[in-house]
Amino acid sequence: MTIAGFGALTLVVCVAAPLVGATAIHLSRVFDRTIPFADNVDAQVFFVARLPRVLAAILVGSSLAVAGVVFQAFLRNPLASPDTLGLSTGATLGAVIVITFHIDTAVLGISAVPIASFLGAAIALGIVYAMSIARRHGTSTTVLLLAGVALSAFFGALNRLIQVLGDFTDTFRSIRWMMGSLDVGSYTDVVVSFVPIAAALVAVATLPRVLDLVSLGAAAAESRGVDVRRAERLALVSASVLTGSAVSLGGPIPFVGIIVPHIVRLIVGADHRLVLPAAALFGGTFLVLCDLLARTVFGAGGMPVGAVTALLGGPFFLWLLFRRFR
Amino acid sequence: MAAVPQVPMRRRAAWLVVAAVAALASGWSAKALAERSSTADEYARLKPSRFEDAHRIISIIPATTEMLFAMGAGDRLVAVGSYDRFPAAVEQLPRVGALLDPNVERILSLRPDLVILYGTQSDLRTQLDRARVAYFPYVHRGLPDITATIRALGDRVGVAAAATGLADAIDKQLGDVRARVAGAARPKTLLVFGRETGTLRNIEASGGVGFLHDMLEAAGGVDVLADLKQQSVTLSTEVVLARAPEVIIELRYARGDTTAASDLRAWNALASVPAVKNRRVLLLQGEEFVVPGPRVGAATERMARALHPERFK
Repeated sequence: MTIAGFGALTLVVCVAAPLVGATAIHLSRVFDRTIPFADNVDAQVFFVARLPRVLAAILVGSSLAVAGVVFQAFLRNPLASPDTLGLSTGATLGAVIVITFHIDTAVLGISAVPIASFLGAAIALGIVYAMSIARRHGTSTTVLLLAGVALSAFFGALNRLIQVLGDFTDTFRSIRWMMGSLDVGSYTDVVVSFVPIAAALVAVATLPRVLDLVSLGAAAAESRGVDVRRAERLALVSASVLTGSAVSLGGPIPFVGIIVPHIVRLIVGADHRLVLPAAALFGGTFLVLCDLLARTVFGAGGMPVGAVTALLGGPFFLWLLFRRFR
Repeated sequence: MAAVPQVPMRRRAAWLVVAAVAALASGWSAKALAERSSTADEYARLKPSRFEDAHRIISIIPATTEMLFAMGAGDRLVAVGSYDRFPAAVEQLPRVGALLDPNVERILSLRPDLVILYGTQSDLRTQLDRARVAYFPYVHRGLPDITATIRALGDRVGVAAAATGLADAIDKQLGDVRARVAGAARPKTLLVFGRETGTLRNIEASGGVGFLHDMLEAAGGVDVLADLKQQSVTLSTEVVLARAPEVIIELRYARGDTTAASDLRAWNALASVPAVKNRRVLLLQGEEFVVPGPRVGAATERMARALHPERFK
């Protein structure tokens, strides 16, 4: 499957997804300008409920998948994911603090929860960045990985501690947030997240050759003229911005960042000139499909999209593996 | 021996998915059935007559703490849970954790003769069994279960008459509210008890079972989510648009929440919803709305006054 194939799939899914849902809507009514918007339920379902949700799914899915590719290549570890360096846990900590201590007032129409979540990821990024700078030339990526695991565990412990301090209703809200949700209900959050995500994707777009070489080892990359430390910082910062933006927009949605890169590699091979755009397209498409299932198949109450990603993606990944290696 | 027909791999996989979904669905059904068994039946099985009256009580549940104070047994409490806020006297009592983090060492050190705990706290029950400390497992469900709990708890701690009086008073209060709103047009109502401030993300609403649902029905509203047999439902904006509630009641219970009224503006994004169009998005503040205890009658009356102000003039 080529990039064009992934692009076509993304296009079809993204056009179809807003048209499908638990409520039947008529396209003719959606775009009927003779009906005032305030009275047009079909238009509101389409433009207020579904379209921002699909856009959020594309942004979050693409960001997590691309961040996963970058982390796996730079850390030379197939188990690396956007959470490996503690970024998702940092973002979750920010959200939990705001929810538990009731400081979730809206700022310019944006809830303080995603803002705090992004700040939490930024703090985690700051620590990781400082570690990457302090890292001496030739030091194993194992050091960075271990530091990330420790940071993740530390933030996780803080999360639990803060939840214990809060009211039971706050704990309930925190847990709900941690399940992930793409029902953003407005375009403001989507637009605010789009800016850093777009900037980070542009930065990552300069990295395919470097990622190919670094995947073989730092020494091999340096022998080919790659400034590994500079490239590493750019990659870490870009992938971290992608992770922080994605988690602040949709919550800590599991699975996409670790498995989508592997699915894509099974299909297009290991060349990062193909893997990166394919992961961006397939990550977004995959999350749009998961969210479509979450909001249609499981009744009016729906299901957390994070549960669907693993339910759907797990068997699909295993099927790909078996097909490849049988 | 008859030949076994070869089932194509894809079809087998499809049947596996169907079987998995059926198994999940049967699990949900079993859970729903279990929730229908009444609290009164469960408390009857406790056989309260075999226990001594309790004088050193620990209650880690806000609702039962309020019940004990309201039936005149508050002075028997030696500790309460982390989330207890009412009445003011609880502020003087030691805290021993709550649903997720009960502090067993602290509980045992206070030498209680009765611990009131959540029915789901099986680990704590096992530990209290080993320590030979009596406990009273609490389960919260519908409105009738609140007065059933009050009666059973009063019986258990030895203040049965006071508890019966309290339960009767609550039943009367609820009966009065029902009588007041009887015959009035019952608006389709969405009862929301949580969402992200400033947005319509993560809307938590009362489903078709539980005390909030019962309170809404008693207050003269029709629960717009009555068909969803869950105590709480996480709603998408699409479902709110599709269900088109005529009234949205938003409950806020955090103390010192001064932004709640202005935050109702977030609902304006769903302009086609009748409740929004007709400015019937209502705010009710107070922790009594989320504590299924003795204040439930007063809370239901506040809800009824909001839904049917003309009936309380």
